[in-house]
Amino acid sequence: MADSVQLRINGRMIAVPGGTVLAAAIAAAGVTQFRRSVSGQPRTPVCGMGVCMECRVTINGQAQRRSCQTLCEPGMEVQTDE
Amino acid sequence: MNQSFDIVIVGAGIVGAACAAACARGGLKVLVLERGPIGGGTTAAGMGHIVVMDDSEAQFALTRYSRNLWQDLRPQLPDDVEFDACGTLWVAADEEEMAEVRRKEKFYSERGVRVEVLDGKGVAKAEPNLRPGLAGGLRVLGDAVLYPPCAARFFMEQAQRHGAEFRSGEVQALLPEGGVQLRDGTRLSAGRSVNAAGACSPALSPGLPVRKRKGHLVITDRYPGYVHHQIVELGYLKSAHSMTKDSVAFNIQPRKTGQMLVGSSRQFDAEDTGVDQQILDRMLRRAAEYLPSLGNLVATRVWTGHRPTTPDKLPLIGPSIESDRIWLATGHEGLGITTSTGTGQLLADLLLGKTSLIPAAPYAPARLAKGEAHHG
Repeated sequence: MADSVQLRINGRMIAVPGGTVLAAAIAAAGVTQFRRSVSGQPRTPVCGMGVCMECRVTINGQAQRRSCQTLCEPGMEVQTDE
Repeated sequence: MNQSFDIVIVGAGIVGAACAAACARGGLKVLVLERGPIGGGTTAAGMGHIVVMDDSEAQFALTRYSRNLWQDLRPQLPDDVEFDACGTLWVAADEEEMAEVRRKEKFYSERGVRVEVLDGKGVAKAEPNLRPGLAGGLRVLGDAVLYPPCAARFFMEQAQRHGAEFRSGEVQALLPEGGVQLRDGTRLSAGRSVNAAGACSPALSPGLPVRKRKGHLVITDRYPGYVHHQIVELGYLKSAHSMTKDSVAFNIQPRKTGQMLVGSSRQFDAEDTGVDQQILDRMLRRAAEYLPSLGNLVATRVWTGHRPTTPDKLPLIGPSIESDRIWLATGHEGLGITTSTGTGQLLADLLLGKTSLIPAAPYAPARLAKGEAHHG
């Protein structure tokens, strides 16, 4: 995989093909709980097009970023609300 | 049906509700009339700071008294009032503003308000997301923030526990003989009426020297710890004091939810409640000058509202110039959340003939009857 991109999701390095949407990479890493609601309920992406806001994760220290609207980049540090 | 009340309060914003609570506690038979939701008008346009201010001795006296009353209430406040004693950090961009920090420190310290002067390093340590190179700041320790609509509801419930009555209804006129007339023609008799209609108060009291001033607010998604204090720029004093032009100033509050509430803008003669993109841009650019990473935060809502201003920046509390049957509790501009507690207590003391803990004279509507103060 010449165009493979390496990034870290919840502390674990993974490799995905270049051009992969981050939400897909997170799902491929086996993570189903992307965030917690205000009352602590588990949440996972619903719409995949930037509207439902349920795919929000912390990217490179910046909270509340929509993973379905973000492409994976080399060295990205991603944290879901486990 | 023609039940008689000692007082009928028009408006269940935070000021009207606090007046109702204080009057009902004092044993008066109180009716509160509100045309919309409790705390949904002028109150919802407030950021919710509980601050001691120093523009004048009278403003200081009322804000300090009011802040003390908030402190006393603290154990009783429900969680959804979101009272957070985060303190205020006034930031100074340059040496000129540092001179203002030192003046404020002297003023507050001499009057027993706890403050701390921070240098540039101290400010950077206290608030790492502020831009580097600020000259310093002043931390006011006892200041706080809260969520105003729920605070208004808290006062209304307190009033009702002490026997006050709440009714939905739109008041058309305050009657010179006491009481009010509703839009549907119903007349409700009372010893006195109290105009606590906030930015709408001039509509009920023609000639009242209160002008509406529009403000914009932005709230973000949840970013706990992005800032720790309510932060206000000291340039605020220069811009907020301008009574003629539209102005913006940097002001941010950390809410208990982790959200950031960002202000502020001030516009006269802007009657509509729509978002003005141009002034919103100016307001956010100003905020981003102080918090360069602000643009990475997601805003979830923008809204506007009107605040009632007076020519001397002090509220109107007490009998109106026209009639001892028509009282006023309005004109609080941007300090009504803070001064609601003090206003309620002063109004109740005046109505009950009790001595107040602070003199009520500086806020008496009669002060604006004489001289050119009418035309501010």
